[in-house]
Amino acid sequence: MNRMGNKDPDQVFDVIYKEAERRNNEFLADPAPKIHLGMATCCVASGALETKKGFEEAFAEYHVEARIHTVGCMGHCYAGPFVIIDHPASGFPPIMYNQVDAGKARMLVKSFLVDGDPQLEYVYGAMQENDMLPSVMEFSRFNKEKRVILEKCGVIDPEDIYDYIAHGGYSSLVKALKLQPEAVIQEIQKSGLRGRGGAGFPTGRKWEFARQAPGQEKVVICNADEGDPGAYMDRLILESNPHQVIEGLAIAAHAVGARKAVIYVRAEYPLAVKTVTKAIHQATRLGLLGRHILGTGFDLEIDVFRGSGAFVCGEETALIQSIEGYRGMPQHRPPYPAIKGLFGYPTVINNVKTLASVTPIIDHGADWYRQIGTENTPGTAIFSVVGNVVHAGLVEIPMGVTLRSLIFDICGGIPNNKKFKAVQIGGPSGGCLSEEFLDTPIDFDSLTATGAMMGSGGMVVMDENSCMVEVSRYFLDFTQKESCGKCTFCRVGTHHLLKILERITKGEGRDGDIELLETLARDIKAGSLCGLGKTAPNPVLTSIRYFRKEYEAHIYEKRCPALMCRSMIGYYIDLEKCARGCDACVAVCPVDAIFTTRNRKKGIDQQLCVKCGECMAACPPQYDAVRRVSPPSLVPYVEKPPQEEKEKADGEISGG
Amino acid sequence: MEQGLLTPEDEESLRQIASKIESYEKDRKNLIPILQMMQETAGYLPKEAIKMAAGYLGVAECEVYGVATFYNQFRFHPPGKHHIKVCMGTACAVKGGGIILENFERKLNIHAGETTPDREFSLERVACVGCCALAPVAVFGETNRGHLDQETVHGHMTPSAVEGLLDGIAIEKQMKERVLKRMEMEKQIEERVGNVDESDG
Repeated sequence: MNRMGNKDPDQVFDVIYKEAERRNNEFLADPAPKIHLGMATCCVASGALETKKGFEEAFAEYHVEARIHTVGCMGHCYAGPFVIIDHPASGFPPIMYNQVDAGKARMLVKSFLVDGDPQLEYVYGAMQENDMLPSVMEFSRFNKEKRVILEKCGVIDPEDIYDYIAHGGYSSLVKALKLQPEAVIQEIQKSGLRGRGGAGFPTGRKWEFARQAPGQEKVVICNADEGDPGAYMDRLILESNPHQVIEGLAIAAHAVGARKAVIYVRAEYPLAVKTVTKAIHQATRLGLLGRHILGTGFDLEIDVFRGSGAFVCGEETALIQSIEGYRGMPQHRPPYPAIKGLFGYPTVINNVKTLASVTPIIDHGADWYRQIGTENTPGTAIFSVVGNVVHAGLVEIPMGVTLRSLIFDICGGIPNNKKFKAVQIGGPSGGCLSEEFLDTPIDFDSLTATGAMMGSGGMVVMDENSCMVEVSRYFLDFTQKESCGKCTFCRVGTHHLLKILERITKGEGRDGDIELLETLARDIKAGSLCGLGKTAPNPVLTSIRYFRKEYEAHIYEKRCPALMCRSMIGYYIDLEKCARGCDACVAVCPVDAIFTTRNRKKGIDQQLCVKCGECMAACPPQYDAVRRVSPPSLVPYVEKPPQEEKEKADGEISGG
Repeated sequence: MEQGLLTPEDEESLRQIASKIESYEKDRKNLIPILQMMQETAGYLPKEAIKMAAGYLGVAECEVYGVATFYNQFRFHPPGKHHIKVCMGTACAVKGGGIILENFERKLNIHAGETTPDREFSLERVACVGCCALAPVAVFGETNRGHLDQETVHGHMTPSAVEGLLDGIAIEKQMKERVLKRMEMEKQIEERVGNVDESDG
């Protein structure tokens, strides 16, 4: 590399670090209580803005001197909005409270900050080990996680670069700049880091290809086009700790010899776009990006490109097409982007999580990283565990943890005393795994062996009331819409898969449909160019493999065993249990399908009913009178009194 | 691309677009950023805007339309004052997002992707808004002359919550109208009283 600068990056960085340290010490030395408040999209959605306002108003009301430190997301979405109150003068360690609304905020200010009583019944846990309160580290949701990528998420203020530097940020970049690019690549190869976008290609090898590719100009791209419905870890990382990704991107650029980088973020994530753009400005101002980074000859310019929402653009070549201003259609490989990519330049495309892993690897060394996870897949994986699970949210675990441990120990299992049925891993490209696979260790290879895949890390847990046919239909509906239309098998094949599945869920399944689905699915896999088509039939294939009985029940018995497919179920009210004069179900029915019978109990007009299940949720538990059955022919007939008679009865009641 | 006549607001937005487009380099790679800017300014992509982008970059109109329709972000209908996005991500779908969407469709009497004739509400089905822990989710956006002002995420939706939210908006609107009416009446009374005073004097 042509080194124009001759300054030592250590010395240049030292000045910046001193400033960050000074600011941090100032913050820590401030005796006023500090309130750490999560302000990422998910927390804001559960009301963090009102909570913040509640705190501010309460400070004014009780004349309290305190500071609000806005942080990113910790991944504990089930507990949002969460706050951590650090009030050293009270003698308590920092305490985490969950689901804090404006009212609770006011109460906490008054009792904890003013009177020194931390309101034990509302405490979630202490953030440090102590002998007064149980610490959050006693919960398996906390102590079984291993945070490498998310380490600083929810701890630092994402909008303040000094906060990141004071927590050890950008020191890896300094370290990398002092190394030769080849040495950086070697370190990454030694660490065994595999791309976290889904396929698991070794990152070091990708960098090496691009490094060796001929050409003066090279590009690195950060792929944050997270299109998988049900996964949101990329958004969270960019919103909570954008600098770790930027630092990783800069290290990657140094390693492959690129002077231009692009961060490709979905336009649907406005807060992530804003946070990243701001972070780039801050880093450029401090000389951590731009020309002559840290006094060396290394230049890097980062642009943010807002992706317009197409699932297929997560594919490398489609993403490049999209940046160039075309429809995001995948191109034939080879040539691989590492040889000929964006505008013809050698291009490295890495996922957000991959780049965020690079920073700690350079910081702690490849050997440290190798100790985490399994032999073939070192490191950690982030999963967004959602669906029918108690502690939904983002979890970072070392590779090799079993699914059972993840779902039942860390995430608290299935709510409402229901039974576990399946877990869908990897979004639309992944598969549904049944209970027998719960002891599968999580890593790229073992998940692929079961027919599912790691994908982007979306994990949807389903209880006994989820129908596997309907879930496959949902995913096919998604992939069919998102298919770019280039390959016939993907374009037409997914359409037919969807039509057949729709037929089955409507109760019009035919003999031979299952075999037809299987043939079609195999053909689509063989005849598609990119990952979307190659993996789109996975949900169908895995669900047929592990839940064939359910398909058969739909086709031959015209019933949905999970009571989910709405054409195959019916609701009725058990007249033995229904209470006279209770109108709970009438009030919630969106289509006014519930009528009063002659003896003032309730019945459902099957013609009007849309089967939304609201009446079932509304029926008071002491009556529990609403029943759901499949097939709908099991619904008993309840006579509906004619309209005039009902009016007459009403008149009598009001008259008497 | 059937759409109504341009409102004065649309024409104003088109004028703004025409002045903003100059700041982009005339390069094909700027097509998507230009389309994004247009949608942010007008709230949707009017036919005229697509024509303008094609002319500016020297690309065929059908090519621009082809790119715009490929991506989910772009809209060819003007959004309503209340833009409702119903999430149909995996978690939301498993927890009954479809029923929520259906309830909105029934209450508003439009399909997903459409706007009510009075341009009050528009309904959209989106893939994932990234709040899976709160599923099922609906996002209410307030638009002001096509610009998105603010968005509120409503988590743990139920069909009766759909009704409640829509009724809440209707009530708020009625209240506003009533306040306006009262202010007008008060003004009229004041004027009349003033007139009486003058004739007295």
